[in-house]
Amino acid sequence: MWNQRRTDEFEGMAAEVVTISGHGGDAVSAYLARPAGDGPHPGVVLVHHMPGWDELYREFTRRMADHGFAAICPNLYERFGHGTPEDVAAHARSEGGVADEVAVADFEAAREYLSAQSYCTGKVGIMGTCSGGRHAYLAACLTDGFGAVVDLWGGNVVMPAERLSEKQPTAPIDYTAQLSAPLLGLFGNDDSSPSPEEVDQHEEALKEHGKSYEFHRYDGAGHGFWYYDRPAYRQEQAMDAWNRTIAFFQAHLG
Amino acid sequence: MCTMIVEKAKVAGSARGAKGWFKLDQVNVSYDHPSNAQFDHAVNLDFVNGAAGLDARVAVELSPESARSLMRAIDAALNRGVAEAGLESGE
Repeated sequence: MWNQRRTDEFEGMAAEVVTISGHGGDAVSAYLARPAGDGPHPGVVLVHHMPGWDELYREFTRRMADHGFAAICPNLYERFGHGTPEDVAAHARSEGGVADEVAVADFEAAREYLSAQSYCTGKVGIMGTCSGGRHAYLAACLTDGFGAVVDLWGGNVVMPAERLSEKQPTAPIDYTAQLSAPLLGLFGNDDSSPSPEEVDQHEEALKEHGKSYEFHRYDGAGHGFWYYDRPAYRQEQAMDAWNRTIAFFQAHLG
Repeated sequence: MCTMIVEKAKVAGSARGAKGWFKLDQVNVSYDHPSNAQFDHAVNLDFVNGAAGLDARVAVELSPESARSLMRAIDAALNRGVAEAGLESGE
């Protein structure tokens, strides 16, 4: 929970960029933050959003570490070159983004990296916002190593056929039968992707396949309500969603 | 949502970026989340030179209404160029 640390409690954190071996053996940069000390701590893989491997996600990664997780956020845009997050993201967008297959392999590599560390318990969850929410869900369906998944307003989990592409050949909802981890979904009711109707569809699929999930839908919030650097930020809903996210991972990975 | 809607135009010309003028070879036009403009979605114009590095980019983020207004202004200027300054129509 937010702001519940005792004032006489020791705290410390280590944060740095490390290199993991991603899809195809590619060297992929990843921002790693973990509580100081030997641990062991549960792990979380953070999946950045379309605007890239940016300052916001480094903060999110440190926040998860501050709440007791070994947290890692791989640079999904590694293969698009280096520059400011905005320049890299613009180039990635012009190239159609990251292929689902590549992204999932990179998350699996990040999970394996954490699991191999002495300070990690080996129980690792995955979370993401926007395209990262979709990616996180996809990873929890296509791999079986994650202990919990949090999808924050992931658009394009439900995809009509005309939106499928070479890089996104299958709608994530079609993999629901393979979902291997309990899911927390957090959505804004004013969002257009996922729309409330698409969230309904997703929920129906989860029920149909008997999956463990919790969905929370916020009135007065749209897409990206965590992003305090954007007008979409909604303070009350964001703080509730952060607390739910941390509590969910603590319950399933602790 | 992250729409990933992108259209590309090959262009010739120049743009002035953070490090001065550079030659352009492409404009990427997307309808997606902007980085700075205060909209959920915007028409994002990235004037780039792929060979000159990722920072060879001039970014413009417009509301859809503004983008349409810009299109009309470009069209009007070209039409006047044809009518008043000997520009070939290019049609």
